[in-house]
Amino acid sequence: MINLTIDNKPVQVEEGTTILKAARQAGINIPTLCYFELNGMKFENKPGGCRVCVVEVKGRKNLAPACATDCMEGMEVFTHSARVINARKTVVELILSDHPNDCLQCEKNGDCELQALAKRLGIKEIPFKGAQSTYRKDATLSVERDMDKCVMCRRCETMCNKFQSVGALSGVNRGFQAVVAPAFEQNLGDSSCVNCGQCVQVCPVGALTLVDNIGDVMKAIADPTKKVVVQTAPAVRVALGEEFGMQPGEIVTGKMAAALRRLGFDYVFDTDWSADLTIMEEGTELLGRVKSFLAGDKNVKLPLFTSCCPGWVTFYEKNFPDLLDYPSTAKSPQQMFGAVAKNYFAQKIGVKREDLVVVSIMPCLAKKSECARDEFKVNGDPDVNFSLTTRELAHMIKQCNLDLNDMPEEDFDSPLGQSTGAAVIFGATGGVMEAAVRTAYEIYCGKPLPKIDLEAVRGIYGDSVRTATVDFNGLAVKVAICYGLSNARKLMEEVRNGNPNGYHFIEVMACPGGCIGGAGQPYHHGHSDIIQKRMEATYREDAGKPIRKSHENPDIIAIYKEYYGEPCGHLSHEQLHTHYFDKSDKIEATK
Amino acid sequence: MAGQINNVGLIEVPMGITLREIIYEIGGGIKGGRQFKAVQTGGPSGGCLTAKHLDTAIDYDSLVAAGSMMGSGGMVVMDETSCMPAIAKFYLEFTCEESCGKCSPCRIGNKRLCEMLEKITDGRGTMEDLQELRNLAAVIKDTALCGLGQTSPNPVLSTLDNFWDEYVEHVVDKKCRAGVCKKLMRYEIDREKCIGCGKCAKGCPAEAITRTDYTAPGHKLASMVIDSEKCLKCGACIGGCKFGAISVK
Repeated sequence: MINLTIDNKPVQVEEGTTILKAARQAGINIPTLCYFELNGMKFENKPGGCRVCVVEVKGRKNLAPACATDCMEGMEVFTHSARVINARKTVVELILSDHPNDCLQCEKNGDCELQALAKRLGIKEIPFKGAQSTYRKDATLSVERDMDKCVMCRRCETMCNKFQSVGALSGVNRGFQAVVAPAFEQNLGDSSCVNCGQCVQVCPVGALTLVDNIGDVMKAIADPTKKVVVQTAPAVRVALGEEFGMQPGEIVTGKMAAALRRLGFDYVFDTDWSADLTIMEEGTELLGRVKSFLAGDKNVKLPLFTSCCPGWVTFYEKNFPDLLDYPSTAKSPQQMFGAVAKNYFAQKIGVKREDLVVVSIMPCLAKKSECARDEFKVNGDPDVNFSLTTRELAHMIKQCNLDLNDMPEEDFDSPLGQSTGAAVIFGATGGVMEAAVRTAYEIYCGKPLPKIDLEAVRGIYGDSVRTATVDFNGLAVKVAICYGLSNARKLMEEVRNGNPNGYHFIEVMACPGGCIGGAGQPYHHGHSDIIQKRMEATYREDAGKPIRKSHENPDIIAIYKEYYGEPCGHLSHEQLHTHYFDKSDKIEATK
Repeated sequence: MAGQINNVGLIEVPMGITLREIIYEIGGGIKGGRQFKAVQTGGPSGGCLTAKHLDTAIDYDSLVAAGSMMGSGGMVVMDETSCMPAIAKFYLEFTCEESCGKCSPCRIGNKRLCEMLEKITDGRGTMEDLQELRNLAAVIKDTALCGLGQTSPNPVLSTLDNFWDEYVEHVVDKKCRAGVCKKLMRYEIDREKCIGCGKCAKGCPAEAITRTDYTAPGHKLASMVIDSEKCLKCGACIGGCKFGAISVK
């Protein structure tokens, strides 16, 4: 252990602890800007670049960055001496002097860490006037880039390269013109970017923001010739409340349904319903492949990868074009819902498909790009017209003079509204796997699963890749789950090398903790405990559901009886399954 | 050894030798017999030392104590034709080019130092700017991530310490005593000496010189005058005037 004093307060810490963490341990919260950590989730950005966290260390010539300086025995640290306060303020004034400071019109207004820092340090004016660094604006279907606002914290770069191993963003240029951008001044959309949007989730300022589709949705609602259907993803209901001052982990399913109805949506449905449908299709596909494998088919592709996460789908299309036969062909719940709504439901209510507008509320930015994919359109009409994020829904509710706190508890509409606990847990890492096991086991074994909760695959902390073996009547089914595309890359490379661990089924989610940590969720500003609380809420909601297995959902049973026939049957293949494309040219271009 | 000195080139000297010995014995003194003003040691991140430091022994510690450093071992000798705020700006321009851009004090701070020095050498500076210049330079030195940013303000700090009067002249009197800062220069025609030949006006690329309606006693033609707003401070007029009527103020 190491003994030191911080602001004259004795502190004892383990060797290798930074001054920043030691100070936090002592209840002293040194301000930071570039530093970012998802505690316990193996994500840390520590370039030591912003110099906001500088502190005075007795005997040291210059000030020390608290985030990047380890504690030493006998160290005397001062975090708020006149010298430190002056330096810290001057550094923030410098950063502000090269910032557009258009806070009132900025997407991040109120959520901006630079804004909060300026307020905290009591900055009243910027003494430095001079040139502003300026760059070309750029956008994908999910992410907007305005690098004039970039503060060079490099969080997006670390997220993109280390956590996701996507490598679309890196520091370019030098000196005053230094900025984070795709290589060779490419458009982000032409790069290796998979639109996971985690760069947006971690950006402290408004340099990286989402593409806002609120206006499109408002317009559709206002159009008397359109019927507007909305679906809400599992992870939204455990996070939306945060935007209205509720505690993280508060479940607002009923209030959300009520608010959506008041916003003017004609039908308020649930992506959870189509998550149950996904399990029917994907679970059946898994069993089909396992049975073929056991019957001696050497060409069968195992393991089966989940395909719900569009960031992940784009990632393997760009990086593993040789393995496109491995992922499940089942569409994601968003797209399954869209297909069912535009085919089955439109017909049922007697509306032409182009007069039905399907809106999804997602915790995700990649969903915006997913719903625009050509294969999810019929004659140019997308199955899902617009995808909004949790944050956009919160904005929309506020714009429409509503407060989620005041909403009554209401139910989803029928028939695409009823769901099971299995669908709810899609929102958390490991959830799709657990839901699939609940159904696949019972279909394969023909008897109830002895223990519904598959705890081995739950949790956001701990091992990067979690594995479990489930006994399917003597058949040991090996499963693996992970979040973060760098972990997925390792699993894909294992599969490329002959799948030595013999996995049958692998679940991948791009975002930290799964969809609950998605890029469209309320900003967590690095507090992994917020993601943890959303996860706990997810499993609480599951446990409270009367039905917890997808194949027991009466509406799902009914739609197979009435419309699709059987899972993985002819019609479901046509409407509920997809195929993948080699997009490796986007990677090759930058090699 | 470089600059306004008679013998420039690569020299090898023992530790402990004084600046005076190097400049006046090995270097052969200042060019044209002009006055020694400053010597910049250690490259762009070093400091500018003055006549009072001439007997400083050259070693690592003494140079640091005097406000400069050994650095690259380079020495640039300057005489009274060098303007110290302009010299500081020159070195800062170099640092701005060299900054990698990783840390904010160096990336933005050096740029702002450079802009403030430009303001001062353009005659737009204020006494508050001088205060801010010193504070910013000190903060960059104190907070920058690597050696480049930690030393880049040295030319500013050492010239502020050793040539404060020159900064004040730029800011308050709007004068550059070395005649380097063009925006602070004024070309003037002495109307009593001007014979009105008009040669200066013909040679002026900016058409800044026109004829007045004043004829000096003893001359036949009206004298010329320079419009400071239009004047480029190129000096073409001075070179062409045989009567010594044009001067720089």
